[in-house]
Amino acid sequence: MRYIPNSEAEQAELRKAVGAESIHDLFATVPREVYRDAVPGLPPPLSEIEVRREFGRMAARNATLSDWASFLGGGLYSHHSPAFVSQLLLRGEFLTAYTPYQPEVSQGTLTAIYEFQSHIALLTEMDVANASMYEGASAFVEAVLMAERLTKKKSKVVVSEGVHPEYRACLRTYLANFPFQIVEVPLGEDGRTDSAALANAVDDATFAVGVQSPNFMGVVEDWSAAAACAHAKGALAVGAINEMFSLSALKGPGAAGMDIACGEAASFGVPPSFGGPLVGFLACRDAYKRQIPGRLAGRAFDSEGRPGFCLTLSTREQHIRREKATSNICTNQGLFALAATMTLAALGKQGLKETARQCFAKAEYVKGLIAQIPGPFSVAFSGPTFNEFAVKCGVPVDRVLAELESERILGGVPVRRLAPEETKWHDLLLVAVTERNTREEMDRFASVLRRLS
Amino acid sequence: MSDHGTLTPEKSPVAAQLDKRRREGTVFDQKSSGRRGVFLPALDVPEADPAKAFGAQFRPEVEGEVELSEVDVVRHFTRLSQMNFAIDTALYSLGSCTMKHNPRINEETARYPGFSDVHPYTAPHLVQGCLELLYRLEECLKVLTGFERVTLQPSAGANGELTGALMIRAAHQKAGDARKWVLVPDSAHGTNPATAHFAGYQVKELTSSSRGTLDLGELESKLTGDVAALMITVPNTLGVFEENILTITEMVHAKGAYVYLDGANFNAFVGKVRPADLGADVMHMNLHKTFSTPHGGGGPGAGPVGVVSRLVPFLPTPTVERQGDMYYLDENRPSSIGRMRTFFGNYGVLVRALTYILSYGSQIHQVAENAVLNANYIRKKLEPFYHLKYDAPSYHEVVFSDKAQTAKGVHNIDIAKRLMDYGFHPPTMSFPLIVPGALMIEPTESEPIEEMDAFIDAMIAIAKEADETPDLVRGAPHTTVIGRLDEAAAAREASKAGSFAPGLRAPAGVKSV
Amino acid sequence: MSSCPDDRQYTKSHEWIRIEGDVATIGITDHAQKELGEVVFVDLPDAGELFDADQEFGTIESVKAVSELFLPVAGEILEINKNLNDEPGAINEDPYGEGWLVKIRVASGGEVEGLMSASQYEAFVQEEAKA
Repeated sequence: MRYIPNSEAEQAELRKAVGAESIHDLFATVPREVYRDAVPGLPPPLSEIEVRREFGRMAARNATLSDWASFLGGGLYSHHSPAFVSQLLLRGEFLTAYTPYQPEVSQGTLTAIYEFQSHIALLTEMDVANASMYEGASAFVEAVLMAERLTKKKSKVVVSEGVHPEYRACLRTYLANFPFQIVEVPLGEDGRTDSAALANAVDDATFAVGVQSPNFMGVVEDWSAAAACAHAKGALAVGAINEMFSLSALKGPGAAGMDIACGEAASFGVPPSFGGPLVGFLACRDAYKRQIPGRLAGRAFDSEGRPGFCLTLSTREQHIRREKATSNICTNQGLFALAATMTLAALGKQGLKETARQCFAKAEYVKGLIAQIPGPFSVAFSGPTFNEFAVKCGVPVDRVLAELESERILGGVPVRRLAPEETKWHDLLLVAVTERNTREEMDRFASVLRRLS
Repeated sequence: MSDHGTLTPEKSPVAAQLDKRRREGTVFDQKSSGRRGVFLPALDVPEADPAKAFGAQFRPEVEGEVELSEVDVVRHFTRLSQMNFAIDTALYSLGSCTMKHNPRINEETARYPGFSDVHPYTAPHLVQGCLELLYRLEECLKVLTGFERVTLQPSAGANGELTGALMIRAAHQKAGDARKWVLVPDSAHGTNPATAHFAGYQVKELTSSSRGTLDLGELESKLTGDVAALMITVPNTLGVFEENILTITEMVHAKGAYVYLDGANFNAFVGKVRPADLGADVMHMNLHKTFSTPHGGGGPGAGPVGVVSRLVPFLPTPTVERQGDMYYLDENRPSSIGRMRTFFGNYGVLVRALTYILSYGSQIHQVAENAVLNANYIRKKLEPFYHLKYDAPSYHEVVFSDKAQTAKGVHNIDIAKRLMDYGFHPPTMSFPLIVPGALMIEPTESEPIEEMDAFIDAMIAIAKEADETPDLVRGAPHTTVIGRLDEAAAAREASKAGSFAPGLRAPAGVKSV
Repeated sequence: MSSCPDDRQYTKSHEWIRIEGDVATIGITDHAQKELGEVVFVDLPDAGELFDADQEFGTIESVKAVSELFLPVAGEILEINKNLNDEPGAINEDPYGEGWLVKIRVASGGEVEGLMSASQYEAFVQEEAKA
């Protein structure tokens, strides 16, 4: 068979060596009533030629971001990924290694993890970052649970409605069986979290205040105010981010006074891949590091003083502390955290700055075009934005998207799709722009809108 | 045996230079400035001023970030890769992790732009191929497990466990019978008790029998009316199949509890036994194990969860459904536990898994057969040299211990480190907790006979060394880029205030590079 | 096994306690530190916190294990060994001296029961090893 190197004859030799007359002897302790020679129902094996044909057919049925002009965002942004990244990810030494439990033969992976942690700490202006989380939403949930452990005997988490709806949905799922209350705070007129409502909601029982910036509507929040509001009542402030390039133009959550930062780092060279695998991250202040979930790499030395890295503070984790662990998470996003690490190394200070500058300028350009269109379209919120903003549509959003689709434009994320229960947002279309968008695409986008007005 | 001492600076100028180059360090150790590795097209719209828009929140640049060229970066990461051990180089005996060959066609399909360059919020009618793939993978997993439905959403095995436990909790709650306990054998992987806790349960541990399997008397006595579920691994972490599994699942069902089957070891019986036939109600599958998606230095995984019909209403949203020729996402499931993550799962991993499954197709049972055959071969050859605490028949892995070597002061960690000198990745040592000094070996079906023989020879040679020259083994490894790290000192250092990254700062008080 | 000092008493969970008036000093035994391996971190409560007898009052960690610490008698935490933050290894090097963990004020009427003398504890450890 395909990936079983031993031939029939060699398998027979092995069976002889272990004293089995037939392969069935080795399954003798399986109850006979459930044991089968082979479970039926799968088609005959496919050769590589057939696999290419079949998967090629399915792949051809999808609208790709290279063939279409795209303004899709909503928590996942289409940025440039350097060519070398996907090629180096295919190196077997990275691809086919596992968790670096044995540091002597895993320095490559461990060094890369330490670099990932360092990049995230620098970007978020926090002291410590972990080796990565599954993706943004579960990272957000873990950050909230971490805040609960750090502030004893409290029962309430206050979350801005500006936090990605799927992050908030996950919070409800994961917290369903804990005696915690989740209170959501609405956005104000300018698209920022309503500060009066936030102050009202946060009380002495509150353990965490969760605010995303730029928020789900693309609007930049005032993290300092949110942090002050949380700290006044002894709660911790959790800052979520899902467009990490914003941190090259905006103060990091650490510098703004937040206690824990979390979110999605897929903007750094990770292919969108229909939504996964991505790269969640979690960073915090030094004082909170013993409650951080997941893997963490630290510096170490061997007996001759040679430096290296190893996984550390492992007693927080499930394989040692079992039901008392800080999380049940076991893996990290290894390969894609590496993709982000390689991309960040290539971008560096200048690349980060230039990408952020282009994202911002292009988004401002589209906003300007929309402002010039008379009639049913307007930028929904007045607050400052980075590379994404909500457009209020006086014609049904579905019609707008259909019209854009006829021009091979993926026009953006209809807010209704993600937050069907929020009727107040049903006329909003989220439009995201990155360095991959050209002026021609943006002009074409605006001309379709003009046609509809 | 080569001596790393020849590479210490005192020996020769060449060796000193070599040694320096072997200390790759991090990108933050490279002190270049003004370089860059990514170039964008010229800005084609008018410049806009973020400083003006953001006011006090504006940040001109990320201080401390690197300045490197593509050459610097490609070399750095290529050199890092060379410090890793990987399946592509040799047998990777790390038990329970199922380190089998990762077929490259899977990497190719996952990189088709039609899968990898697609945004998850693209309108469903424009991504019918992506949805078709999800639908087909679920169908294949239903065939192999016998379950009614399978959710592909969970991000990894542990996330799948949590999904399953939350569904059990929701089902009991809906029936007005919220329960308190989850039973977990003492041989279980650490994620099981951790998962039960995060689903709001308390954990009762079951002491294993003298055969290392579940003790029916112990189960009977702890299986009270307020037990929600039994979490059980088949074959268990000793690589032993629970002979009484049908009785066990019947006992659990008789008390109105659910059977959660940890499918981490599904590779031992895929295509041979359908877990639903064993009486399992829920099971997660680690696609990076059984279906050979790459482990990638620690992830990403994917942990689809199969359920019997009475748990179907509680599946996470959305599910993928088919109507005629059209596929769609169903978000409207009133009893659902909700979402487990953003979007639809680790899609790229799912593409790889379906590629693997269809490549084997109806012959996939050969995977389990050869995995079990290979493990038994290694067991047979090493049994005279290493102690086997539990001697029940092995399936996909075998768990030896260091009991025969400890008299000479050689422990499992020493044997593991010495294996590196022989060119193999060590076995798993951290569990099962019921085997002190464990050496958990899983060759997988993808090891050829001569590679297994080389591994066996190395293990036998180490057993001999442990007896004759124990210090040699205790001082291992001798051939790796670094020796054994002082992990205690690292943990002490990491525990201290202000000791961590950002990477350009070495922790206070330690030797600089 | 190195012998245990006679000036204090011992518990089955391998703590030692030395009572002087209403103040007791508590640590872990030499046997316990050997079982645990190199100590890397100790998590201790704040002064002023109250605990019941046999209640968990902290944890002690090596690289790959965590041990819970139990108070042999009820009392209020008076002082913790702050030196352990920087030098957790003191528990390995000098478990009966520099490696002490906490000082407590024994609760009035706090029953001191079930404690072992040095020789009883040594016998207990030997018995445990056989089991």
